[in-house]
Amino acid sequence: MRVLVTGLGTFWGSRLAQWLETLDDVDVIVGLDTAEPRLPLERTEFVKADSNYSILDRIVRATQVDTILHTHLVVDSTELSGRALHEINVIGTMNLLAAAGAAGSSVRKVIVKSSTLVYGANYQDPYFFRESMPRTRAPRTRVERSLLAAASFLRDFAIDNPHVTVTKLRFGNVLGDDISTPLSKALRLPIVPEILGFDPRLQFVHEDDVTGALGYATIHDVPGVYNVAGDGTLPWSEVCAIVGKRRVALPPVLTNWAAEPLRLLRVVDLPPEVLSLLRYGRGVDNSPFKRAGFRYRLSTAGTVDAFARSLRLESAVGDKNPTYRYERDVETFFRHSPAVLRDGGAT
Amino acid sequence: MDGRTDDRDVKTLETAEPLTGPDRPGLALVAVPHEERLDLEPADEAIRRGDVDAWGRSERVRSLARSLYSPMYKYWFRVEWEGLEHIPRDGGALCVSNHAGAIPSDAPAIMHGIETELGRPVYGLAEYLFRAMPVVGTLWSRVGGVPAHPDNAYRLLHDDRELVLVFPEGTKGTGKHYRDRYRLRRFGRGGFVEIAMRSGVPVIPIAVVGAEESMPILFKSRRLAALMNIPYFPITANTMLLGPAGLVTYLPAKFKIRVLPPVHFDVPSDQERYPRARVMEEADRIREQIQEALYDMLRTRRNVWLG
Repeated sequence: MRVLVTGLGTFWGSRLAQWLETLDDVDVIVGLDTAEPRLPLERTEFVKADSNYSILDRIVRATQVDTILHTHLVVDSTELSGRALHEINVIGTMNLLAAAGAAGSSVRKVIVKSSTLVYGANYQDPYFFRESMPRTRAPRTRVERSLLAAASFLRDFAIDNPHVTVTKLRFGNVLGDDISTPLSKALRLPIVPEILGFDPRLQFVHEDDVTGALGYATIHDVPGVYNVAGDGTLPWSEVCAIVGKRRVALPPVLTNWAAEPLRLLRVVDLPPEVLSLLRYGRGVDNSPFKRAGFRYRLSTAGTVDAFARSLRLESAVGDKNPTYRYERDVETFFRHSPAVLRDGGAT
Repeated sequence: MDGRTDDRDVKTLETAEPLTGPDRPGLALVAVPHEERLDLEPADEAIRRGDVDAWGRSERVRSLARSLYSPMYKYWFRVEWEGLEHIPRDGGALCVSNHAGAIPSDAPAIMHGIETELGRPVYGLAEYLFRAMPVVGTLWSRVGGVPAHPDNAYRLLHDDRELVLVFPEGTKGTGKHYRDRYRLRRFGRGGFVEIAMRSGVPVIPIAVVGAEESMPILFKSRRLAALMNIPYFPITANTMLLGPAGLVTYLPAKFKIRVLPPVHFDVPSDQERYPRARVMEEADRIREQIQEALYDMLRTRRNVWLG
């Protein structure tokens, strides 16, 4: 298997590349990103690209990859400006799929990491979204619009390229030891924000189950769209209770304005799509992916509990992971210098 | 994957060991069977701090609500049931009832009665708008209210095999004038029949007498309703008599609730669609049954307040 991972500089990209390196039948791993990898990698080839992947066509042709893992869809709108987000999610996906679908392309599998953000959060929503259900209200935020645009490119690609296995995984709210999301940041605060009078049902998935699901789709053929989220839902109040935090209420009207000072003071950034989640919550049906054979390690409650445990450990011993810094010269030395004995010197 | 990769030994990958080896802690990519998982991780019950279920209902909040409502049920409305044996003790069933009172008093009475008599929860399907209201929406969902989305109903009935209560007249029933009392409105578009068919559960028709007189609507203000963006703005006999206190006070009408025999549909469940004509026919028949039962109960009622 020859694999291309987009978003190598993101948490997910680095994690997946690290895992792919452990698989014997993965011959080549090419990682693409504007930023450098976050985790130490042994044999992944890192290519520094611009944000919309205009050189992708050449890379796909030159490396003859057969599998593309597209992890670089930005779902956290607090990380980037709206324009950069559009470049990455919409134009990046468009160029990626154009390269994958070019005549004579060697690509036979495309796996995309998307988000349940595409369903939105609204009072008219069903309690458990099935993959086939449309959202009940037009998207209002840029991140949601960009994810929907990327989804329509992917749909077209799947129709035009029936010989390619296309898997799209929509992940629920992710929590874990390492990943940082608006909700995980909120839960790290000494007092956690909520919206007065609302106690939404939320569903979480552990970061290990996210990489697990992407890996599962890589080694098995599971064409289609799947929701990926832990079993069960929890009210936000109970999530806070499990993490051991008190809550502070934001007003139910003009909530966006009330959240603005929090953002300006850099307390926590709660963009509109997260605020509507804290108002109405969201549940998804995770059974189709389970029927496709995937087993979750953790349920929603288990995920929140694991997060609470890692927070406790963190507060006891401080930050446990020293941050890794990618240094090109060092990496090149370790990978290509004849002085380095690879695989225990069995070359 | 295509022929190029067919020769790969997929089997070895599938049966590969869980990739949680010491070299890659925390990365489990191959399925861990559910049974084993339970030993590794604490079960949900050990983690949970509350008892709110997937539908937002909390038995604790619900039983508190029941104990608060109980005096009202016993001494104010003096609710009397007949035909309770028609409600199944287990398995999904869709209870369908007439709907009345500006702020409907029938839903709490029916839910309270079934829950205390049968000891099983009842989920009440209602207008989405509740969910958009702060505090009210949360409380409503804790005591068993669920937005009336067809898929919610299907999951409750088919997957969770619960008892679900629905008022097909919706706000047309609760928003009708006192002069139209006990005359059933249109039963929606028959959606409740379709849901019952798809879920493979019976419909249990219920006729309620008393709710109409507990909060009768004398006038309605269309302009105020439009202004407040609500389905109707009622001026009730209660507010005429009691002023603002009438907004929260029911008149002590005697409640009688009659449960009719379950209606089973002889159709396969889980179909994409059901013939429109059949659905409408069944919905009309159930509506007729409830209407007939209401007339029958009213014939024997001597007094609105004493029964």
